[in-house]
Amino acid sequence: MIRLADLSLRWKIPLRVMAAVMGTAIAVTTALVAREYDELRQNLEGHARSLGKVLANTLVAPVLHDDVWRAYEILQSARESNPPSPELQANIVLVTDASYRVFVSTTPRKFPIGSSPAELGGAYAELRARISHHSALEQQIIEPSGSSLYFVMSPLVADGVILGHVILGYSKTSFLPRFLGLVGRAMLVTLIVLVVIMPVSWVWARSTGAPLLALAEAMRYVPDRLDETTRLALPDNQDEIGQLGQAFSRMIAELRKKQELEAQMLASERLAAVGRLSAGIAHEINNPLGGMLTAIKTWQRHGNDDALANQTMARLERGLQQIRNTVAALLVETKTQDRPLEPADIEDVLILVEAQAQSRSVTITLAGGLADELPLPATLVRQILLNLLLNAIAAADEQGHVKLEIAASDGMLRLAVCNDGQHIPDEQMTYLFEPFATGRAQGHGLGLWVVYQIVRQLNGGLTVDSEPGCTSFHIEIPYAQGQ
Amino acid sequence: MPISPLRAEAPPMRVGLTPVFLDDQVSFLSRWRAWLEKKLERQVIFVQRGSYREIVELLLSGKLDFAWLCGYPYVRYRRQLKLVAVPLWRGRPLYRSYLIVPADDDQSRSLADLRGKVFAYSDPDSNSGYLYPQYLLTMQGENPSLFFARSFFTWAHRKVVEAVGVGLADGGAVDGYVWETLSETHPRLTAATRIIGRSGDLGYPPFVARADIPEAQLHLFRSALLEMATEPMGMELLESMRLDGFITGRPALYDEIARMAVRVGRL
Repeated sequence: MIRLADLSLRWKIPLRVMAAVMGTAIAVTTALVAREYDELRQNLEGHARSLGKVLANTLVAPVLHDDVWRAYEILQSARESNPPSPELQANIVLVTDASYRVFVSTTPRKFPIGSSPAELGGAYAELRARISHHSALEQQIIEPSGSSLYFVMSPLVADGVILGHVILGYSKTSFLPRFLGLVGRAMLVTLIVLVVIMPVSWVWARSTGAPLLALAEAMRYVPDRLDETTRLALPDNQDEIGQLGQAFSRMIAELRKKQELEAQMLASERLAAVGRLSAGIAHEINNPLGGMLTAIKTWQRHGNDDALANQTMARLERGLQQIRNTVAALLVETKTQDRPLEPADIEDVLILVEAQAQSRSVTITLAGGLADELPLPATLVRQILLNLLLNAIAAADEQGHVKLEIAASDGMLRLAVCNDGQHIPDEQMTYLFEPFATGRAQGHGLGLWVVYQIVRQLNGGLTVDSEPGCTSFHIEIPYAQGQ
Repeated sequence: MPISPLRAEAPPMRVGLTPVFLDDQVSFLSRWRAWLEKKLERQVIFVQRGSYREIVELLLSGKLDFAWLCGYPYVRYRRQLKLVAVPLWRGRPLYRSYLIVPADDDQSRSLADLRGKVFAYSDPDSNSGYLYPQYLLTMQGENPSLFFARSFFTWAHRKVVEAVGVGLADGGAVDGYVWETLSETHPRLTAATRIIGRSGDLGYPPFVARADIPEAQLHLFRSALLEMATEPMGMELLESMRLDGFITGRPALYDEIARMAVRVGRL
């Protein structure tokens, strides 16, 4: 069972608007009908009063002269056989004499001449009571409780003496048919108005609710599927919902940034941990390694003609040397003194990778360059470029392209290496800079690790964008200006 | 009354009309008047009043030349009036008075049953509508002014039929000729009434003239009335009134009315 409060705004807003429209229509109609009812009632009463007055004035002479027929004719003339407003027709037209006996009436069979209407009991007895208690010369309107009629009683006065009364009896419900007709018409008009207003209101209400619905749907994608919120048309106008939509968009953007930052921090922390670990291991390895290499050197220096031993020693030395190289690669040292980076260094690097490029028929293009030397360690920057370019050449398609962009301005050296090879899958991206995380058969998987370590040690930044057909590494390294 | 071209040589004739016939048919009256003017070669003025008495007074004071009156005022002022002509109804110069009650009253069989009831007379100077029931009650040993609880005048026979028909009166006395004519022209009116008594034959309401009317004028007017039955137009007019013609008539025709009037002490 759906509770009303749980109903979607998609329905709630239109239904409430409909209810408001209906309520208004009903209220207006009711007010109009009530006013009409009052008017009808007053008209009726006014008509009855004036008719009573006219009859009372006209009937004085016939009553004085005891002219029953004349009085009857006067009463008849006040009645129309086919009245345009039947509710204005009196049901009872009665003239009584001073002792409340029938002088004449339009319905002689009900009120025979000379009889007392009080004998009929009920309302007519009450009328007599009113006549005897009120000797007033004014018109009276009497609504006996038990009767379906109400009466307008007008005294027949000649020279201050009450000769009798003209009693007009009207049905309390006589104007009901007309009133009902009125209500019917009012309802019809209301219905027509509603038929016109309802669809318009419905559409308005729906369009009012739509931005909220879009917001609510977008909200469901938080925080796990933020990307999907972009395809929703969030409100963007200046009203409150629009402001809400903008705030929501801002929130989504912040969330995204935060998530990216978190991912980056996670990656950096891991890399830092790996760096510390590998540095520790390298130190631990380097000490005995140095001893072993020294021992081998000593042994070789002192000469020995044992061919097998020499051969073994040489193999040991090569192996140990390889370990040292590997460890050295893991342990990037930047503390050594170095010369500044010169424009020629770039050319050198390009020449160094040329052979590799040619073997894979890869074209390398250079954009930008250095105008002057920069206060950055040349060896390290060369190492960065070399690693990135070799990686790029290896990753590029056969006969593909690699592009190197270099720019230095505002104390920032910007390097970018792009290749058009296959892009790096997302799952690999996470571990891209970790040592031995190579995606290829060749290489020891330390190239990007070294690049990362150098860039970090130079307080620079490194980003990777990899899309199909374009994988680019962007590096920014700050340098001291004005040297 | 529309004014007809004046004829300087002849003074207009003034004719009083009373509800002894259906005098409320304006279009018939103008056709009849036109016919009379042509016949008499002078202007004719019809004068109608609310009661017989007013017409009688106008006639007696010489303000009218002729009048169509009831037999009762004629016998009362027989010496001051001259009989001009008597209409023929159903071939005779006679008619009756009818006593009627509402059609839904199936109890009353005669005037005696209406004791203590409300009774409608037509005119205090009417024979059929007043003198006859008075006479009848007197003959039955009743005091006519005490017999009914209430009585009133409608000042026209037709209205007696209406008053009884709607139940305003429990009984009424009406000119039999008027009742019969109404039963043809307005059957709904008479259908609401029932006849419980009829008088004997009485002299039909006559045309009378003031006593000092010049003989030539009397003769002229009488011949015009008598000749109505001989002309198509006159016949048509008579047919409208459901009459057959006029005869000169004799004053003795009204002796019965005079006798009744004597009995009720009104002569």
